[in-house]
Amino acid sequence: MEKRVTFRGWLLPLLLIAPQVFISAVFFFYPAGQAIWQSLFIPDPFGLSSQFVGLGNFEFLLGDPFYRASFLTTAIFSILVTLCSMIPALFLAVIADRLIKGSGVYRTLLIWPYAVAPAVAGVLWLFMFNTRVGVISWYLGTLGYDWNHVLNGGEAMGLVVVASAWGRISYNFLFFFAALQAVPRSVIEAAAIDGARFWRRFFTIVLPLLSPTTFFLLVVNVVYAFFETFGVIHTITAGGPQQSTTILVYKVFSDGFVGQDLGSSSAQSVILLVVVGLLTIIQFKFIEKRVHY
Amino acid sequence: MRKPTFVALLAAGTTLSPLAAYAETEVQFWHAFTGRLGELVKAQVEEFNSSQSDYVVVESHKGNYSETLNAGIAAFRAGEQPHILMVFEVGTATMMSAEGATKPVYEVMAESGATFDPDAYIGSVKGYYTTTDGEMLSLPFNSSTPVLWVNRDAFEAAGVDPDTDLSTWQKVGETLDALKAGGEECPLVTAWQSWIHLENFSAYHDVPFASQDNGFAGLDTELMLNGPAQVAHLTAMGEWAQDGKFVYTGRRNEGGANFRSGECALFTESSAGYAGIKAEAQFDFDVRPLPYWEGVGNSPQNTIIGGASLWVLEGHEAAEYKGVGEFLAFLSSSDVQAQWHQDTGYLPITAEAGEATRAAGFYEENPGTDIAVIQMTAKEPTANSKGLRLGSFDQIRGIIDEELEAIWAGDKSAQEAMDSAKSRGDALLRRFESANK
Repeated sequence: MEKRVTFRGWLLPLLLIAPQVFISAVFFFYPAGQAIWQSLFIPDPFGLSSQFVGLGNFEFLLGDPFYRASFLTTAIFSILVTLCSMIPALFLAVIADRLIKGSGVYRTLLIWPYAVAPAVAGVLWLFMFNTRVGVISWYLGTLGYDWNHVLNGGEAMGLVVVASAWGRISYNFLFFFAALQAVPRSVIEAAAIDGARFWRRFFTIVLPLLSPTTFFLLVVNVVYAFFETFGVIHTITAGGPQQSTTILVYKVFSDGFVGQDLGSSSAQSVILLVVVGLLTIIQFKFIEKRVHY
Repeated sequence: MRKPTFVALLAAGTTLSPLAAYAETEVQFWHAFTGRLGELVKAQVEEFNSSQSDYVVVESHKGNYSETLNAGIAAFRAGEQPHILMVFEVGTATMMSAEGATKPVYEVMAESGATFDPDAYIGSVKGYYTTTDGEMLSLPFNSSTPVLWVNRDAFEAAGVDPDTDLSTWQKVGETLDALKAGGEECPLVTAWQSWIHLENFSAYHDVPFASQDNGFAGLDTELMLNGPAQVAHLTAMGEWAQDGKFVYTGRRNEGGANFRSGECALFTESSAGYAGIKAEAQFDFDVRPLPYWEGVGNSPQNTIIGGASLWVLEGHEAAEYKGVGEFLAFLSSSDVQAQWHQDTGYLPITAEAGEATRAAGFYEENPGTDIAVIQMTAKEPTANSKGLRLGSFDQIRGIIDEELEAIWAGDKSAQEAMDSAKSRGDALLRRFESANK
């Protein structure tokens, strides 16, 4: 039997959701509506004139093989960023959870990278991998590996993935750590008495119990990889070499704010909105079924 | 005793300053310079402010070139635009098409009554910012042109004579072989690859970069950068890249760090690289004219400029435009220009400033600093070497950068890459054309 609280009138519930509706309207519905409206025009940069083109902007974009290719780049990038930020975070959280002494220090240190802004993180990683003065590229050079992310697309992708995932590990760690603390000790102890070893207990008991957190983080990290990583890409590769790190959101940024092509930029953000909306629906429809609350 | 004096001063200060501000008309000037260049701009503004009492120019730094242009555009949309906005040469077509947002410089000067002689400016600098009828739309501010920088110590170390002739790419090719054979790891590096190896290359060899006189004659222009001259040059560069004789370091001026640290022997870079190289280089360097391919086109024609000009934006009071006119006249004055040229390596924008610099003996003390001026002014510009005026040019440069990277990596032939750059760039030009009908 589910417990439901019911309100007697309409006023109080409306009042209670009003702040949320207001915030969504100002920060989501209004800008999203503007983007959809502007995507139907080719305006000049100064806003002096604009020309209605209907779906012309979308036609222009989808007819461009380089734009279509950036969907694949985005998919590869997002999957890699999500995996590289969640798996190490889970691993670190499991270790921190087992610590008895000093876990506070360990926790604090792990959270630090989250305070670093993406663009700054990009500069830090770029500096370490700088083809000329970078510490890591220098060591790679002594090992006989010639690191050159300015011409090698695979290396450039690897670098932006690592730089984007790095700060995110802290965020994911926090959630995993909290979730691990909430796993009832009695269940684990019972399994231990039955003779299950640590990793066995982890995969059959802990991981399923973590699934709501894992699912939440999956959704949040995919959204992060899609929307918030352009700072890292802008500082490290600017989308290059060739187009190997041009993800959808970076193209929105560079066409809109570097190229002043607001029509195309709006159309791209509408496409991005639809893609992420669809992804989230898929995640909720198919993956959530396997989540045990 | 101290306290009352301070209070009195404060009181005097607060009562007086509004009066003072009332008498002076404020002129906002947004620019893109930091570091040494930022200091020099600040000094120019201070000098102007203290030279008269009617106007106060307020300078503010708004980020790099692209960011400054964006800040100006965003401010215009919000009705908060500055009087003077620095726009890099790539944004010229965007500004020219924005009728109603900009106030042409010739008009500002005529209305303000400030001294203004359009013929005083160097033709190849002025031409970039002038309509086909000869009316100056924006004031050239900082202009430079690419030259070849030579690390003489690296030549010696590789056993190559540093005084060897580097005037043509044929000779440079032989020298690169010799440098490589002598153990040089980085024989050639470049900055601003599209600007130097395509845009300037085309002007220097008198071949078109785009149709319609490189966009000067109309918006219905198409790229022509896939012509035989350009493809031959990029093919040679691509081979050098494959053999490790040309080292690619990035799309902007990343290569400057490699050259200034002494790692590379040759460097194609703007003449304005002078300040940085002079300050940092721990080796003997000299500067040569940009090489050309002997027998290709009408080489050597003249090279074209890069840099920025000052645009005056619409929507202010007549009295304020008078101040703008005074300030622009001050900036173009011979003393200010000569100083700027000597401090930065940027070209003097008036012939008189160049002569003043020569008369002061600057070129003798700093050999090679006049090469850029000679290279720009030796010949009367042709339709192919007047400059470029293409819409969405920042994005087109991005496309060119991508395609050049494909050549350097050996993924595409020069012809394939430039054909692709043309078709992708033309699509953007058509969009710009329809947005500005």
